Amino acid sequence: MTLNSKIPSGDLNAKWETYKSTCKLVNPANKRHLDVIVIGTGLAGASAAASLGEMGYKVKTFCFQDSPRRAHSIAAQGGINAAKNYQNDGDSTYRLFYDTIKGGDYRAREANVHRLAEVSANIIDQCVAQGVPFAREYGGLLSNRSFGGVQVQRTFYAAGQTGQQLLIGAYQALERQVALGNVTQYSRHEMLEVVKIDGKARGIIARNLVTGELERHFGHAVLLCTGGYGNVFYLSTNAMGSNVTAAWKAHKKGAHFGNPCYTQIHPTCIPVSGDHQSKLTLMSESLRNDGRIWVPKAKGDDRKANDIPEEERDYYLERRYPAFGNLVPRDVASRAAKERCDAGYGVGASKQAVYLDYSSAIIRYGKSEANKLGINNPSDAQVKELGKGVVEAKYGNLFEMYEKITGENPYEVPMRIYPAVHYTMGGLWVDYELMTSVEGLYALGEANFSDHGANRLGASALMQGLADGYFVIPYTLGNYLADEIRTKAIPTDHEAFVEAEKSVNDRITKLLSIKGKESVESFHKRLGKIMWNKCGMARNEQGLKEAITEIQALRKEFWENVFVPGSADEYNPELDKAGRVADFLELGELMCIDALNRNESCGGHFREEYQTEEGEAMRQDDKYMYVAAWKYNGESNFELEKEDLNYDVVKPTQRSYK
Amino acid sequence: MEHYNMNLTLKVWRQRNSKDTGHFDTFQVKDISSEMSFLEMFDVLNEQLVSEGKEPIAFDHDCREGICGMCSMVIDGQPHGPWGQTTTCQLHMRHYKDGDTITVEPFRANAFPVIKDLVVDRTSFDRIIQAGGYISVNTGNAVDANSLPIEKHDADEAFAAAACIGCGACVAACPNASAMLFTSAKVSHLALLPQGDPERKTRVVNMVEQLDKEGFGGCTNIGACEAECPKGISIENIARLNREYVGAMLDGGSKNTI
Repeated sequence: MTLNSKIPSGDLNAKWETYKSTCKLVNPANKRHLDVIVIGTGLAGASAAASLGEMGYKVKTFCFQDSPRRAHSIAAQGGINAAKNYQNDGDSTYRLFYDTIKGGDYRAREANVHRLAEVSANIIDQCVAQGVPFAREYGGLLSNRSFGGVQVQRTFYAAGQTGQQLLIGAYQALERQVALGNVTQYSRHEMLEVVKIDGKARGIIARNLVTGELERHFGHAVLLCTGGYGNVFYLSTNAMGSNVTAAWKAHKKGAHFGNPCYTQIHPTCIPVSGDHQSKLTLMSESLRNDGRIWVPKAKGDDRKANDIPEEERDYYLERRYPAFGNLVPRDVASRAAKERCDAGYGVGASKQAVYLDYSSAIIRYGKSEANKLGINNPSDAQVKELGKGVVEAKYGNLFEMYEKITGENPYEVPMRIYPAVHYTMGGLWVDYELMTSVEGLYALGEANFSDHGANRLGASALMQGLADGYFVIPYTLGNYLADEIRTKAIPTDHEAFVEAEKSVNDRITKLLSIKGKESVESFHKRLGKIMWNKCGMARNEQGLKEAITEIQALRKEFWENVFVPGSADEYNPELDKAGRVADFLELGELMCIDALNRNESCGGHFREEYQTEEGEAMRQDDKYMYVAAWKYNGESNFELEKEDLNYDVVKPTQRSYK
Repeated sequence: MEHYNMNLTLKVWRQRNSKDTGHFDTFQVKDISSEMSFLEMFDVLNEQLVSEGKEPIAFDHDCREGICGMCSMVIDGQPHGPWGQTTTCQLHMRHYKDGDTITVEPFRANAFPVIKDLVVDRTSFDRIIQAGGYISVNTGNAVDANSLPIEKHDADEAFAAAACIGCGACVAACPNASAMLFTSAKVSHLALLPQGDPERKTRVVNMVEQLDKEGFGGCTNIGACEAECPKGISIENIARLNREYVGAMLDGGSKNTI
């Protein structure tokens, strides 16, 4: 099969408009007879389910948490981009499109990204109408800030809790549809299999996590909005429950997996403090608006940060990238931090950290505040006090979080930060309509591969999740379902449902019957170490080959020696986790295979063999300007299909932020 | 910060399911680092139980960043433990010292039945939101975001109320198991914004009615909810809810269908 991206023909600016005006529609009477299953209730899932419910489809939502409001979109801190140009700083749809394509290191589809930029402005309008309390200026209008890889201010935010506010907005819209009877909500449920009939996705097998019961649900279409797979690394900024299971089941049922090796390592996270660490905490990229990143100029300098004089500090991002300074894209900032630490300039007990320093911002803000208040010749202490007030208003909750975790006061001493796994650009391959290579099976938000290429820019994940859910799927799903109006709901005693349920049941029985000696947690940690060391921020051929062998061996060991306590017919979080880790053990191998195949460096994928003399990523456009879409043919047997990327409007160049 | 290790005694509530009566079990944990979070200490305990072939303790948690509202636990009598404005997942072990005994229970309320051990069912909160905690605007119906300027003060106040994470600590803290702080935070968030104005009266009436239906207790202005709220949601929201409610009732209790 050749992959068909179904990108509409015509001028880039007109593609989406033309598509919307010419796609098939489903009349209201028919919508009432069409069932849509939505897995995952984060920004993509909740916005899709709410919108489709409003349109009149019969929707069912599933999430493993106790409420849709818990989905990990909630943890996004910094903001959401939109090409509104409210700041009159030259922003436009084209610039947002261009920045995203360039930020993604020329590995994303032009048509998808342009559509994303086009609908970005509608998202802000929709959210404000829902009552999302974005930050405002004194004049009552919306406030903006900057994010990495960009020279305009187009990021809308709600303090450091933008994801929370957007998700609550989508959640409320979803609950309204639940109240109206258009959506049925299943919480504490996990999807464990896709049911395919005559080549089309026709439903799912879900497990009620409270009772352990397996349930069969029919749908004319199934939407996976299940987020990313960063937890394959064990330590990441993802929530503990974030997993690849739904996407992986879809993959094994015929959905191609796109660019699995593209992982985003976020530069500003709180460093690991010890072996007990269960997850890593992000410090928002918005902190790079005002904070300055540095290490000592001298190797192994053990002095306290505040004892190192200004002239002995190396503000290495400002030095290497004067045009963008501390606001270079995430992949660039992460690699630069790793380079300094590897070279022996790291700080803190582990030496695996750099400083993020607010002292000069505090003084700058303090002086301006003193001016505003008409205080002539303010004392240093006064300036500092006033400056702290301003910083607290902007970033207070983040500073507080840092202090709770580390016990250090970031207003007084610079924060210590280090890169950590944060987001996965890769995901299920989808066409322009967000349909996977299985008919009727869609992937939205972080779960798909589509819009961020090899590196995602900050504040773009929220934008994509909501774009897919509010503004794309309502059109593209109709285009498919218009041909399904004659399909009656298929009874769930159909043999495809029976078989799918049996395979799920067999796997659960197997997991519980091993009764080995090692915990699920321990296997997960071991997998994470392999992935981080050999398929993390820097990769090379030898390491990746070793990782593949090691993961295969670990997987074998897991299926022989894992211990899962309890039974299948009760609330059993260890069993849930065992299923997820088993899937990670298969995905990890594919990520390494993909990273090994891609003999170039691009965005978050850095192959040590392919770098410029200055240590920047070196693409191989003549050989790798394609999406690597992997087909599952059996255990350890993945087949590569390529979707060539064509750049009609933007001319790929070596990315420069200097 | 000085790092240190400690040995602790934990008394933890065990309950197989909602029908079981439940009891406390006592556990010893060793070499707990002061750098760990409280839930990481529970991870250590659970790993220990699994290695002994025993069943680990079920507890709710997800983001471990203090924002998703999934974690719960009443720690030594306090929902989310001893630190002010902190969720259980953000509580760190440097609060404790070697030899301490810590008692851990689930959030207790009739409207929050126990599912297992420390895990409770909080779907009643979803149903309160379903009763009216939203603005009825379908996708695609919005005007330009800046066509509606909102005074910064109102926007900030709405945001402060909207910061509620729906964890239920307010209910667990309240001797009456009232969910007034949760409900009032949503009523306030939407009442403070002009977009929320058209449904202002029906919203408060319907949400309060649902609150009663779920079996939460009444509010008697004790203030424990505010004291234990990990997000510092102000009790002033309850006063605002009461004003909104009385206003709506005086207006004929204009209860609407949605």
